[in-house]
Amino acid sequence: MKQFANLFMQLDQTNKTNTKVAALVDYFDKAPDEEKVWAIAIMSHRRPKRPVSTRDLREWCQEETGLPEWLFDETYHVVGDLAETIAKLLPKVENTEDRGLLYWVNFLIELRGKPQEEKKKQILGAWKELETFERFVFNKLITGGFRMGVSQKLMTRALSQHLEKDPAEMAHRLMGNWDPATVTFYDLLLDDSVEADTSKPYPFFLAYQLEDGPESLGSPHDWFAEYKWDGIRGQLIFRNGEVFLWSRGEELVTDQYPELKAVAELLPEGTVLDGEVLVYKDGQIQGFSLLQKRIGRKTVGAKMLKDAPVVLRCYDVLEWEGKDLRQETQEFRREILETLFAGLPDNNLLQLSELINFKSWEELTALREDARSQYSEGLMLKAKKGTYGVGRKKGDWWKWKVDALTVDAVMIYAMRGHGRRANLYTDYTFAVWDGDTLVPFTKAYSGLTDEEFNKVDSFVKRNTLERFGPVRSVKPELVFEIAFEGIQKSTRHKSGIALRFPRMKRWRKDKPPNEANTLEDLQDLLKLYG
Amino acid sequence: MSLLTFNKNGIYCKQADVYIDPWKPVKRALVTHAHSDHARSGHQKYLAHKRSETVLRLRLGVDINLETVEFGEVKTINGVKFSFHPAGHIPGSAQIRAEYKGEIWVVSGDYKVQEDGISTPFEPIACQHFITESTFGLPIYKWEQQPVVINEINQWWQSCKEKGKVAVIGAYSLGKAQRIINHVDQGIGRIFTHGAVENTNQALREGGMEIAPTTYVSDEFSKKDFAGNLVVCPPGALGSAWMKRLGPAETAFGSGWMALRGARRRRAADRGFVLSDHADWDGLNTAVLGTCAENIYVTHGYQTAYTRWLIEEYGLNAVAVKTLYEGEGAEEQEGKEVKKP
Repeated sequence: MKQFANLFMQLDQTNKTNTKVAALVDYFDKAPDEEKVWAIAIMSHRRPKRPVSTRDLREWCQEETGLPEWLFDETYHVVGDLAETIAKLLPKVENTEDRGLLYWVNFLIELRGKPQEEKKKQILGAWKELETFERFVFNKLITGGFRMGVSQKLMTRALSQHLEKDPAEMAHRLMGNWDPATVTFYDLLLDDSVEADTSKPYPFFLAYQLEDGPESLGSPHDWFAEYKWDGIRGQLIFRNGEVFLWSRGEELVTDQYPELKAVAELLPEGTVLDGEVLVYKDGQIQGFSLLQKRIGRKTVGAKMLKDAPVVLRCYDVLEWEGKDLRQETQEFRREILETLFAGLPDNNLLQLSELINFKSWEELTALREDARSQYSEGLMLKAKKGTYGVGRKKGDWWKWKVDALTVDAVMIYAMRGHGRRANLYTDYTFAVWDGDTLVPFTKAYSGLTDEEFNKVDSFVKRNTLERFGPVRSVKPELVFEIAFEGIQKSTRHKSGIALRFPRMKRWRKDKPPNEANTLEDLQDLLKLYG
Repeated sequence: MSLLTFNKNGIYCKQADVYIDPWKPVKRALVTHAHSDHARSGHQKYLAHKRSETVLRLRLGVDINLETVEFGEVKTINGVKFSFHPAGHIPGSAQIRAEYKGEIWVVSGDYKVQEDGISTPFEPIACQHFITESTFGLPIYKWEQQPVVINEINQWWQSCKEKGKVAVIGAYSLGKAQRIINHVDQGIGRIFTHGAVENTNQALREGGMEIAPTTYVSDEFSKKDFAGNLVVCPPGALGSAWMKRLGPAETAFGSGWMALRGARRRRAADRGFVLSDHADWDGLNTAVLGTCAENIYVTHGYQTAYTRWLIEEYGLNAVAVKTLYEGEGAEEQEGKEVKKP
């Protein structure tokens, strides 16, 4: 474990991309192949199935340390990470024996089938054997949430250096379904002879936000424009008579949207489409809240299928007649996509994301301002001569979102954050006025600079009114401008509304709390945009 | 009425009409140590330990009306017997004991139980009422012995040297800076200091303290002079414009907060060393139990949790008290501006 723990520690100690890549390459150069597969899996959020619950871990740690539950919880709230809390509360040990990552991964896999008493005995044994940082990494293997600061991009860079291969190929090979328990390092990254996995998706191409207007992009004739649809990104694969739908988070979600399996009747063999999964009903796109009800559900009942039927609104074709089109131009791919749709029979599963006709940037700017009326969140701009890239890359795809909606709200509760914000009050609840009471309506965690967070943290500590476990109520004094992408009715919230992507746009130091917005203002926004 | 009470100005002794570590200007202040949240300016008279004198005059002005005492020396004010006892926090830091008609209080200010090689080691003082900080009052905080941490710093410095970089470590200029300066391996290279640290070094040397040789980062040095050497600066100077003169650098930060991974990642320093001048969890418990006091007043830190722990675990009569002391947090802000020595 020392080798992998050491890699983790090195990655943790730096913010510099080059240093991280160097640490990864060094690890890949030295570690045995069987271990590397697991290391890659763990860094791309694949890990052995959890053999024990986090509740078990907490209980066992409390028993071992003799700490009361409340103090364990208090400590956990401060640390903001269960694996770290446990690793550090347990007594220190000196570990001279070093078993590798592979040993511990197999240890956890074999633990799954064992009776509870045996599990406990073995986990306690492991804790007594591992040094604090190794123990932390071991706990992370169980709890997940390895935030090692290694993006897919970094890992593909490191692997391409290690193996002297093209990074785009590495990225593609790491996509999709592969099981670190069965695949070898060679098969995963090097072998060209094995039959390609028919479900394997292409890496998604992601757009950058266009900060200033589109004028800097050159001539409008070189660009396609479409509405930016507010659903979930999906890659639909039809190969060997089978349909697969992948989400952007690289999850296979075919079973969550079973209606889309019927596209097998519509598409020619060897087709991969890129688009947006949207709820479409009564001839129009429905709000994101309806789609949200389906996200994360393993099984979908008949009622759900009727209440929230989905379509894939397609904007790109990545594979056609079994051929990878990603190196072709956007124009070329668009033509194939349109030809495909022209030939499709009437159906309620696939839709074409239409191009917007425009002659000048001014014209497009005006259309963008009206984008909400099209149930979209702005525009997408795509270079006609551009290819389909890997990951987030500047240049060919731009998202140009409509300006966010905003309200001014008063902070009334604060909670400590997690990860790098542990022990710092960074998670806030905001309220608006309803008469002379403040009604909480949203939480927000992001948007402030580190320095601002430090200041608010110190305000929270000095202006606490009451404590409820990890939450503090504070003097209603600070006003923030809250920006958000959408507003919906909600029965779960006291205020009756729910926001989409709320964040702090600005600390309104110029505004006293009594000048914050009211619940009525929010209800007006709901009428307009809900 | 108790011998000591907490009011809006600080910790007050009515019988003697003096304050201990007051945060508002008062007639007479007894000061546990020279850190800015305990020793503030504007008091008419000061009483402190002898070793604090030069630093207090540096920070509050040469002309402050200051009287000093030795450890254990009794100073009687209107019948109240005051004495100063080692707190082990920084050079000259003291716990202040107050006794009147059999009632004994100890104000510990900031303290640590671990020996640091530069401060007079902490001594438990028997009392009935003990005022304790709780900066690191959770069981997650457990310090390594100083040589272990110093060894980590040496290794890091050595690796910077091998890369031809300057090793820049942020540490509070009074206390932690000298702890590092006096214990790192001078065989690796030369130790440079930021103005705030050098000022403090000079004041401490004037007061009779032995501090390893240091060189102020002045304009006469260029980037190549710093490569391979160690620079000790206040935490606030890390990443500031001041650092540009040092050339290619790796940065580190020494603080008890570095025990948490989240805090370490938040500070964009390359390395975080867990080095604190405050008591850790075991240290706090040892200190509190060592006084045999029944009444414990818990100030700055994880007050609520630590108070509950003392009540439930040890059956003590503990209460949380609100003060304006800041513990290790205050130190992070230090060093944003540069003064020439």
